[in-house]
Amino acid sequence: MTALLQVEGLSVHFDTVRGVVRAVEDLSFAVERGQTVALVGESGSGKSTAALSLLRLLPPGAGRIAGGRVLLDGRDLLALPARDLRQVRGAAVGMIFQDPMMALNPVHTVGRQIAETLHHHLGQRGAAAEARVVELLRRVQVPAPEQRMRQYPHNLSGGMRQRVMMAMALACRPSLLIADEPTTALDVTVQAQVLSLIDELKAELGMAVLLITHDLGVVWETAQRVVVLYAGRKVEEGPVTEILTRPRHPYTAGLLRAAEWREDGGRLAEIPGSVPSPHAMPPGCAFAPRCPLADDRCRAAIPPIRPIGPAHTAACFRAEAA
Amino acid sequence: MSGLALFWRRFRRNTAAVGGLVVLLLIVGAAVFGPVLHPVDPFDMLGRPTQPPSARFLLGTDVSGRDILAGLLHGARVSLVVGIVASLAATVVGLLVGAVAGYYGGVIDNLLMRATDFFLTIPSFVLAIVIVAIFQPSIFTVTAAIATVSWPSVARLVRGEFIAQRDRDYVRACRALGMRDWEIILRQILPNALPPVIVVSSLMVATAILTESGLSFLGLSDPDVVSWGYQIGVGRSVLRVAWWMSAIPGVTILVTVLAINLVGEGLNDALNPRVQQR
Amino acid sequence: MPPTLAFLARRLLQLGPVVLAIAALNFALLHMAPGDVADIIAASSGGAPVEFVEELRRNFGLDRPLWEQFLVFLGRLLVLDLGWSHIQQAPVLELVMERVPATLLLMLAAILVAVAAGMLLGILAAMRHRSWIDAVLSILALVVYATPQFWLGLMLIVLFSVTLGILPSGGMMTIATDLSWSARALDIARHLVLPSLTLGLFYVALYTRLMRASMLEVFTLDFITTARAKGLSETRISFVHAARNALLPVVTLAGVQIGHILGGSILVETVFGWPGLGRLVFDALLQRDLPLLLGVLLVSSVVVVLVNLLVDLVYGLLDPRIVQR
Repeated sequence: MTALLQVEGLSVHFDTVRGVVRAVEDLSFAVERGQTVALVGESGSGKSTAALSLLRLLPPGAGRIAGGRVLLDGRDLLALPARDLRQVRGAAVGMIFQDPMMALNPVHTVGRQIAETLHHHLGQRGAAAEARVVELLRRVQVPAPEQRMRQYPHNLSGGMRQRVMMAMALACRPSLLIADEPTTALDVTVQAQVLSLIDELKAELGMAVLLITHDLGVVWETAQRVVVLYAGRKVEEGPVTEILTRPRHPYTAGLLRAAEWREDGGRLAEIPGSVPSPHAMPPGCAFAPRCPLADDRCRAAIPPIRPIGPAHTAACFRAEAA
Repeated sequence: MSGLALFWRRFRRNTAAVGGLVVLLLIVGAAVFGPVLHPVDPFDMLGRPTQPPSARFLLGTDVSGRDILAGLLHGARVSLVVGIVASLAATVVGLLVGAVAGYYGGVIDNLLMRATDFFLTIPSFVLAIVIVAIFQPSIFTVTAAIATVSWPSVARLVRGEFIAQRDRDYVRACRALGMRDWEIILRQILPNALPPVIVVSSLMVATAILTESGLSFLGLSDPDVVSWGYQIGVGRSVLRVAWWMSAIPGVTILVTVLAINLVGEGLNDALNPRVQQR
Repeated sequence: MPPTLAFLARRLLQLGPVVLAIAALNFALLHMAPGDVADIIAASSGGAPVEFVEELRRNFGLDRPLWEQFLVFLGRLLVLDLGWSHIQQAPVLELVMERVPATLLLMLAAILVAVAAGMLLGILAAMRHRSWIDAVLSILALVVYATPQFWLGLMLIVLFSVTLGILPSGGMMTIATDLSWSARALDIARHLVLPSLTLGLFYVALYTRLMRASMLEVFTLDFITTARAKGLSETRISFVHAARNALLPVVTLAGVQIGHILGGSILVETVFGWPGLGRLVFDALLQRDLPLLLGVLLVSSVVVVLVNLLVDLVYGLLDPRIVQR
């Protein structure tokens, strides 16, 4: 049986006045049914660009998909006619975003925005749609849904808004939920609530989740598999326990160390140096300039992805040394 | 000098603006040299009235047998002079009001801005009509009336620029050095606030020409000179049989205003470049 | 009191200072004018002895100190006395108010045309950003900006009335008494087409450009991506999600433009013989009827403030985040 989502060699390029920027390059990974996969990286690593590209949601002029395939149940979403793709968006695949205040239309009631999805995909309208909206809002634990549905986004708190986004994304019982930094803009206490709600609904609806995040704590709590991105390329992939306890790529190890230090409340153990400018990528491994283990080979050629353990791959010549 | 060269290089990139500039220079040339090259008094009745364009009267004659081309050339002088002088006057007043309001803030700002808003609220064309009607139409009153209704938008813009600049470090430094307020306003802040003002007042010339044509169409123009709006008004009475008589000066106004607008947009691109990444 | 009513009440109170300021301006202009009412009356009666003119001045209170005259002027204003038109032999307020409905009708029609067409074309230009449609619309907008409105009116008359003969060239209605109300409405509508088009076209161009820029701005916002992620079509996204948000800055600017539209309608009315304020101004100019002109200035300013208030109410309806207080 094939995976629910199979991404193969996805590349996203931006054409700028200073040349082509490779925001995502040759990215491959899979999401099994009912599984949570975390796409991890710092800001600028290309993880959000990759997530938006899956449903071809990159705004026009802000990057183009240069190659690859995105197979959902064996159908290539990148080759689908626009009309057919719109049948997938919001139905088979739901999506929630980082800032629910910005992601909701300020001049429409939240109920109307949820009902719109129901109408578009299921043809529901009127009282039936309204009843379903109430049910959905109740399911995502919005109190007093009958009143809330008549309110506007600015009347709700951040956590409530993200719940509304989830009600909208789940309205058509999708088989995959793409969650792009769903908790970053929320208060810490609300973050945990939203994450556990995602987990609950995942189990209940049997859907898979692709979680885009920079927060390794979130990854530990929710994901089964982890894909680590650096400067647009996948550098490591494996089961969550493997990656978080025995990272084999120096970049992943650096990320983990930074996260641990922060939990101790001590000084940040930052990875020295910074992400290379997209206009001046080093010829070899993009992480080489910051890597304590880098040698001449790392600086000369881009290391290929290779298996280094059960279901564990890394793009590093020196993975065994890490 | 290199600043000017840089400006010209940026301006040149906007083809439409360069085209507008060429047309505008032609019109200015026509206004300056036209009456010399075509020495005909636009008030002289030279031939049969309401003639279509011919070899003798290139653009025909009006209802009184006057040469339309001569009127057009003299009208160019009126339109350009009124437009430019009114805009300059409005810019000076607007600069003064806006600079004082923005620099000092507080009660002075409040009072001046109330006055500005008041002038922005009342229908400016009606006010211009009333002013010209009360003081009798002449080149001077028409210009003054247009300037009176045009300064508020400059004042608002300048005030905004001054508020943005007045707490910058270089202004504080000037104050610390004991520089007088007027010196800071004129020598320090004003040059920084000028680029958007230049754009707005160049576009204002176009609006002023349109306003002048409207006034003279209503008969509110200097009786001693011919203007384009007046010519349209004259042609109106024979619109059904001689539409070109109104059409010709109208097209002239359109082309002039269009050229000024294009130049204004070019100035905007050259003086306030927004860096376009991607 | 409901918040909207309280908002209305306070905004209406703000009319006071505006009216006072215009009154002061009018008074100042009246006194700067060469020759006073007495001179004008004397002149219109074909020259009069000096004693008679002095007598008139005393009767009108023109021999009193300025501040006293100003107070009297304000006192009259309080009881809605805008003065007397010696030429038309009627109270100014009456003459002006008679004409306000026709001007309002013309302005409203022009604004409707401008907002509706400007919105649609702006959405179209934004959806087809950088296509030939976008380019053609930009060029048309530039040309329309440069066109004198009154001249455009004349040219439309030449085309539609003189050449094609399909629309009336002037007036507000056909002189006929036996028309049913529906035929009368249709008749007025036919007369309204050319003037409202003439007045509105400039604003169509303006709002098209504004709407286009505003739409392009809104297109970059996150909730548009959400709408796409829901599977909606680009057309639905543009019209249902983007348009209403994009309309907000356009409505704000439309409010600012009201005075400009009214000024334009003065010219357009004289071209089409539309029986509104514009015609009144034209006649007053011909007869040098100063009190009438000043009355028009005052009333038209009040109209602008009131229409502005209306625009603010519409804005409140469009944007649920605004609580009017």
